[in-house]
Amino acid sequence: MSTWIAACQTDDIDPEDVIPFQHEGVGYAIYRSPEDDFYATAGHCTHERMLLCDGLVMDNTIECPKHNGRFDYTTGRADGAPVLVDLPTYPVRVEDGTVFIGIG
Amino acid sequence: MVVVGAGECGTRAAFELREAGWNGPITLVGAEHSRPYERPPLSKYVLTGSEGNVEPPALYEDGALRDAGIEYVAAATVTGVDREGHEAVLADGRRIPYERLLLATGASARRLPVAGIEAGGVHYLRSRADAIVLRDRLRPGARIGVIGAGFIGLEVAAAAAARGCAVTVIEAAPRPMSRAVPAAIATAVADRHRQAGVDLRCGLAMERLTRQDGALLLELGAPREAPGPAVQRLPHRRGWSGPAAEPHTYTVPRPSEALPLAFDTVVAGVGAVPETALAEKAGLAIDNGVRVDDRLITSDPDIFAAGDCCSFPHPLYGGRRIRLEAWRNAQDQGRAVARNMLGDGRPFAAVPWFWSDQFDLTLQIAGLPDAAAREVVRDRPDGVTIRFGLGDDGRLLYAAAVGTGNAVAKDISLAEILIARRAVPDPAPLTDPAVPLKTLLRQAPS
Repeated sequence: MSTWIAACQTDDIDPEDVIPFQHEGVGYAIYRSPEDDFYATAGHCTHERMLLCDGLVMDNTIECPKHNGRFDYTTGRADGAPVLVDLPTYPVRVEDGTVFIGIG
Repeated sequence: MVVVGAGECGTRAAFELREAGWNGPITLVGAEHSRPYERPPLSKYVLTGSEGNVEPPALYEDGALRDAGIEYVAAATVTGVDREGHEAVLADGRRIPYERLLLATGASARRLPVAGIEAGGVHYLRSRADAIVLRDRLRPGARIGVIGAGFIGLEVAAAAAARGCAVTVIEAAPRPMSRAVPAAIATAVADRHRQAGVDLRCGLAMERLTRQDGALLLELGAPREAPGPAVQRLPHRRGWSGPAAEPHTYTVPRPSEALPLAFDTVVAGVGAVPETALAEKAGLAIDNGVRVDDRLITSDPDIFAAGDCCSFPHPLYGGRRIRLEAWRNAQDQGRAVARNMLGDGRPFAAVPWFWSDQFDLTLQIAGLPDAAAREVVRDRPDGVTIRFGLGDDGRLLYAAAVGTGNAVAKDISLAEILIARRAVPDPAPLTDPAVPLKTLLRQAPS
């Protein structure tokens, strides 16, 4: 059973971009796709723990800012070396302009 | 399929062969004892140990070799290739038959011209074993002399300074990183080193290295070929304009005294030499590395070469033959060559990409910095400057920047896409920080 946490407002993220979010010491990355859908993943790359929010979002892909590992942020799927492990994803709900992520 | 060399390139290629549908045997032969690993951390956190992890990451997950059905032969040297019989010959006499062979033999650290007992006092950094030995020498207060202010030399200097060593860097060229990095970025990095107490001296070459009372004495002199060819190319002769052509702020300190410098440890980062011995012995064409065509095929159609060991014509730079010593290129070519070994036949055209971490700074470069006719800059409100190199025809040929943390990553990634698309961006929006770089992508057809 997920706990829903208010992470940000929809306007806080530009389309096709990402912002960081912290909750109880855990980092998350919240995405807004070019189609204005919202997604959430773990905040750090599975390769060398870099913060993904500094990386480039193109379509459904987030690129790690350090070593260019790529993930599909809608599914968490790692796109191959150097990233070998998929990214954890979290369910997202949008209500009245607020983005909630489901954790736990 | 047989892959010689289990570094980044060879290992990625072995996995890609399977991924791309090859069902037959794959053999990966590596010279080192350990499981294949990532090399970039060796000059970074493996030396500083600051991330609580001093082992470089493995190149694949546990069990991945078995799952992919790749036979990994460790601590083995391929000493010959029987091209007629299609067999790779190992030092112990084993013969591995191949249909297609990949040479991913990489490069080795160029050695300093020192002889005798002194030669044993010079450290190099290429392998995990090198890093472990060097790490032990970087004790607080140790006097560390670094010869060469390229990426490796400066990363070692930064790591040594972070560990409390007294660090001196000697560079023969008038400025650091003259081969790979635009002048203004090299200045920013040099300033950061000096701020950290690193004694960075340019325009000086090692004259003699001797050992006395347990210390290594380094005598300095003027560089033998002053300045070297890489320096002469920068930037005036190429007719650069804009900020890059402003007078350099580099000072070229002269030895203040005739006394040699005394060090506990000397580390050399004076470039790398492609490992071509096997290819030469096999009679393959060599040209600043194993010569391959744009499909990464050597002069033998069943033998391929990729990564640091090969030189190839780059279609984005007018087919100019280049050899790259870069992690990302090793990865990109590893994947590309695997598909070409299976008959894909696609030219390799990935944008060269380099990065370096020194102290809290990261510098990233997409494209080739020495290819451009002029440089324009984007001064961002956060203090980061992105430098773009344009060709005579206005085409974007490189982008380079330095900043703390990962501040430069998004813009360099976008520039990389523009370079790959052979974009001819209008310089006005390129230099205007109010215009997101992403908007330029829409004007650059993919």
